[in-house]
Amino acid sequence: MPHVVPVGYRHRVPKPASLIEAHRLVKRFGDFVAVDGVDLQVQPGEFFGFLGANGAGKSSTMRMIGCVSPPSEGVLRVFGLDPIKDGPVIRSRLGVCPQQDSLDEELTVLENLVVYARYFGIPRRVARQRAEELLEFVQLSERITSKVEPLSGGMKRRLTIARALINEPEILMLDEPTTGLDPQARHLVWERLFQLKQRGVTQVLTTHYMDEAEQLCDRLVVMDHGKIIAEGSPRRLIEQYSTKEVVELRFGNLPPETVARRINGRISEHCERHEILPDRILLYTADGDAAAEAASREHPAPSSVLVRRSTLEDVFLHLTGRTLVD
Amino acid sequence: MIHPAMAALEYHLVCYRRSWRGTIFTFFVVPVVFLLGMGWSIGGYLDGDAAGQGGLGVSYLTFLAPGLLASTAMQVGVGEGTHPVYGAFHWTRTYHMMRMSPLTTTDILVGHLGYILVRVTISATGFLLVMALLGIVDGAAGLAALPAAVLVGCSMSAFVFAFSATITEPVLLDVVYRILVVPMSLFAGVFFPVAQMPAGARLAAGLLPLWHGVELCRSATMGIPSQLGAPVHAGYLLLWTVVGFLVARWAFGRRLAG
Repeated sequence: MPHVVPVGYRHRVPKPASLIEAHRLVKRFGDFVAVDGVDLQVQPGEFFGFLGANGAGKSSTMRMIGCVSPPSEGVLRVFGLDPIKDGPVIRSRLGVCPQQDSLDEELTVLENLVVYARYFGIPRRVARQRAEELLEFVQLSERITSKVEPLSGGMKRRLTIARALINEPEILMLDEPTTGLDPQARHLVWERLFQLKQRGVTQVLTTHYMDEAEQLCDRLVVMDHGKIIAEGSPRRLIEQYSTKEVVELRFGNLPPETVARRINGRISEHCERHEILPDRILLYTADGDAAAEAASREHPAPSSVLVRRSTLEDVFLHLTGRTLVD
Repeated sequence: MIHPAMAALEYHLVCYRRSWRGTIFTFFVVPVVFLLGMGWSIGGYLDGDAAGQGGLGVSYLTFLAPGLLASTAMQVGVGEGTHPVYGAFHWTRTYHMMRMSPLTTTDILVGHLGYILVRVTISATGFLLVMALLGIVDGAAGLAALPAAVLVGCSMSAFVFAFSATITEPVLLDVVYRILVVPMSLFAGVFFPVAQMPAGARLAAGLLPLWHGVELCRSATMGIPSQLGAPVHAGYLLLWTVVGFLVARWAFGRRLAG
């Protein structure tokens, strides 16, 4: 009897493997542990974020994924390949927008893109054509022949993003892409990243801007001291680690500490959790209006009351604390 | 498809297209002015000497020129291996940018050294052309001075690359000139025959790559045999180039893998 392969098996499409997979990933610099046993997976088409304060280990993780910094320990696979053995192959499929622009300021905008394209073995004619399209995409077509040096910070950032896309990468790595940009420039970058996401480009982002992570990321991890301390979609993280709403109470010149003492233990009756800061009191609650109303009836009454939805920033501060990390 | 190291070289050539005018003065005008100034002034003094051309047997200009050819080649090699290399790590971050692409550390290094090769070749060709116009090159055989000069440039450059990749204070780059370039230019037989020096110093000069380069260039443009024979001189320079390359590759790898 002939051997028959069941149809279901013959046509079974393998489940899309993770593009990036890390298991107990560690990066050490001497005695300092920058990344301390990180586990993560990034799926195709996903917009994945690393959220953390400066020095939390985000960039070190990115550099390991970008195959420019070998892991000290653990397993890392990008496209199923080993960054140590297959660095050049992996890098040929990655687009990297580093924290520092590292553009060649003496060369023109176009030259910067074409020269970089050549590193990927892209023929000059194709490189030129792609460069023109990308400059259109990042709204820099008018500056195509100008040198990079006089460009504004926002323009340089957009050019760096265009450069990262020149090899049509399967994963775009963005290390703090909008740090130092003015609001207009930030929004333009966000728009472009969102469009790339719609085209199905997998993106990995590091940021310490919560609004950026909340707007862009499908899923993110919060890093602190080299470890992942929370993981999920922005919405899930808010649900899990914060309340639905937050009430911000201010008391004019009266120090919130004093107010808290006067109303004694009653603050906690109005909310699930509260926080007394030097300039305001925060009430974390499911029903902001009710808590605001209750607080307004207290003496002293707040001079201003703001009810808002919980944000990722509340989650982040709750998880990592308000102490400065220097 | 273009080889990755060639793509790295291409980057440096694109930059050179913008900056070549500035390099003419340092690496062409200055050496030629040196040649003419010293050749004619000191030459006038020496050549009219009672013993006849200071015992050199040829005009001082003829003797000096191949020496300056070799030392110019060395200066291009060293000059392009100091600030440009340090800057590519710390200021422009060019190497880091290249490292994000499929280029390997070796590609980055080979591409930049390839550029040094191009630069030394251009400078040496220009200098040799001036020598030919002055009629102090001994026929077509003098062309052999060109590869000799290129070899001097490379033998020094690779080590300087390694040094520039290792240091973290740019002020140390000046040390290269103070303890390497200047003494070597003075004591490697560029301006006077090393035979003039005491035995110990002669031996020390024999260790300097520049002396071997000067010997090769002089033998080519003057049509005389070199002291140890061309294969020994060329082999010694090649050894410096290869060892320098290996050290530089190690230093680049360490610096870029942070």
